[in-house]
Amino acid sequence: MTSTVSATNFMDDPDDNGRFGKFGGRYVPETLVPACAELEVGFREAWADQAFREEFEQLLQTYAGRPSGLTECANLSEELGFRILIKREDLNHTGSHKINNVLGQTLLAKRMGKSRIVAETGAGQHGVASATAAAYFGMDCVVYMGEVDMERQKLNVFRMELLGAEVRPAMSGSRTLKDAVNEAMRNWVATVESTHYCLGSVMGPHPYPWMVRQFHSVIGDEASKQCDELIGGAPDYVVACVGGGSNAIGIFSGFANSDAQLIGVEPEGGAAVGSAVPGVVHGSESYLMQDEHGQVLEAHSVSAGLDYPGVGPEHAHLADIGRARYESVNDREVLEAFELMSRSEGIIPALEPAHGLAWMVKAKEELAGKTVLLNLSGRGDKDVAQVQAIKAGDPAALSTMRP
Amino acid sequence: MTEAPQLGQLEKHLRSRRDNGRKLLIPYVTGGYPVEDWPRLVEGCAEAGADAIEIGIPFSDPVMDGTTIQESSSLALAAGADPLDILGQVSKIDVDVPLIAMTYYNICYHMGHRRFASQLSNAGISAAILPDLPLEEAGHWTKAADAEAVETILLAAPTAPDERLVRIVERSRGFVYGVGLVGITGERSELATSALEMARRLKAITDKPVVIGVGVSNPQQAAEVSEVADGVVVGSAVIRRVLDSGNIDDAVEFVAQLRAGLDAG
Repeated sequence: MTSTVSATNFMDDPDDNGRFGKFGGRYVPETLVPACAELEVGFREAWADQAFREEFEQLLQTYAGRPSGLTECANLSEELGFRILIKREDLNHTGSHKINNVLGQTLLAKRMGKSRIVAETGAGQHGVASATAAAYFGMDCVVYMGEVDMERQKLNVFRMELLGAEVRPAMSGSRTLKDAVNEAMRNWVATVESTHYCLGSVMGPHPYPWMVRQFHSVIGDEASKQCDELIGGAPDYVVACVGGGSNAIGIFSGFANSDAQLIGVEPEGGAAVGSAVPGVVHGSESYLMQDEHGQVLEAHSVSAGLDYPGVGPEHAHLADIGRARYESVNDREVLEAFELMSRSEGIIPALEPAHGLAWMVKAKEELAGKTVLLNLSGRGDKDVAQVQAIKAGDPAALSTMRP
Repeated sequence: MTEAPQLGQLEKHLRSRRDNGRKLLIPYVTGGYPVEDWPRLVEGCAEAGADAIEIGIPFSDPVMDGTTIQESSSLALAAGADPLDILGQVSKIDVDVPLIAMTYYNICYHMGHRRFASQLSNAGISAAILPDLPLEEAGHWTKAADAEAVETILLAAPTAPDERLVRIVERSRGFVYGVGLVGITGERSELATSALEMARRLKAITDKPVVIGVGVSNPQQAAEVSEVADGVVVGSAVIRRVLDSGNIDDAVEFVAQLRAGLDAG
């Protein structure tokens, strides 16, 4: 347990070109360049405005239910041989960390005079959060979701519709998160004058990776204080799952300048940082799963929320400078971790954070005797039907797993 | 005072035709679709009166493209199209008009800027359009492209403020590609009023050829927008005819109709 503050700030704001080191930037069709620039200015002004910050904090407290708790997992700790703490983002309104970013972006969109939001979603968590915020603020909301994901997350599709959003299937390519982002961007290109694109992760063109990080930094701020109170400093390890990487960036931001090791866990079939090949898609330069010609590969993961071939540029940077380490786990290990946490702690995690626990199980020798903080980014209700079908051997459900 | 850059092959060619009173027609062909016949479609476009031809190098995630170009790209990729193979086939296409490569930036980034530029040049391609590479990010590419005399055509969109249009026009080579509407590629039943407005704004600030694309769907629309602009790019309306019929004949005939429409207009 250490809390030495380093002189270097490892998670600085990006430079004027939206770069974290050599990653990031703004690679968008010309039509969107002015909107991105306008959004950057709008966000800078809002983030510097005390009234905006207070309204955002108020919403996080009274609507999202923050602060979220920090739970000590005594049973799991005993079973695995190291001390496990979990940050309870699963207890937020709508069931995941996604609500932080969405409340921030819709508040900003309203301030900037936009009447409509468009969003993409993988597992449906960001879509549900977007539909929720749109309902709250009285805005129109369209959510693009891969056709495959609509099938494996039917309940979230119905939730979004109940909340008054229109869910549109993304029918191209792998019909998962990547294609939902393509469709959302195409829609934004056509509606940019009235619409805010409520991007759901720390990816996309500048200022999104930075703005989304700032909206999620509340996770790390809270967790850092909670760790100070509970264990008198930072834990030895901070672990989070990484698809685009928003929950990981959120919790890392509270510990980047501590001595804690930062571990991002990617699905084996969607390990962009693991591929170590840089590329440009969806607005930024980062690591990207691609073939020898630069065609973007389709990711494969049991978890719709991590089924993405790219990763946020700041993760690429943190990997590049060695401040964070990226590991991967396979679908079988994830399902085992999903059941392990359910049985031993009475907490059904989403499949996404189950990746973090799966790595912890694999790394238990390295972690022996240490204190490990896992960001439990969402609850598993949305995944229960899928896991039930997988366990029953349903071929359609099994096909969502990586062979 | 710095000297203006020397005119590239494409810009010289288009200026000369425009200055002779001709409206410019630039059809788009998806490289690799239809699988066997696409080089013949390029040749057919030239014979039907195209002044230059855009050849798409298919990319997995074409965010600026509507369903028609997406579908042709997917079909080409599914049939195994790859950038080097397409460029290899382009080098064997025998036409007397300049060819323009259109693709997304990751294809270039992955190959390497200098290597991509030299591959285009070796294939006999005069210019390139990378629709997800805006002015601010284009430096590495334009440096490599300039060194190989590949002209980088920049897009100008209706959403750009005036001061931005000036900077885009200044850096664009070959021609200035005015985006006709706020949206992605695809056919529209009516010409957007923004197409004429875009053409007017660009013509007011540049002597470079101003060509309008995105949403230009038939000979009437092509002629209408070319009353202000120097010409048009037509993509989806050409490719849709190939998708519908399964062969290139209707598309070539359509390009001839576009030519006639522009000449009559």
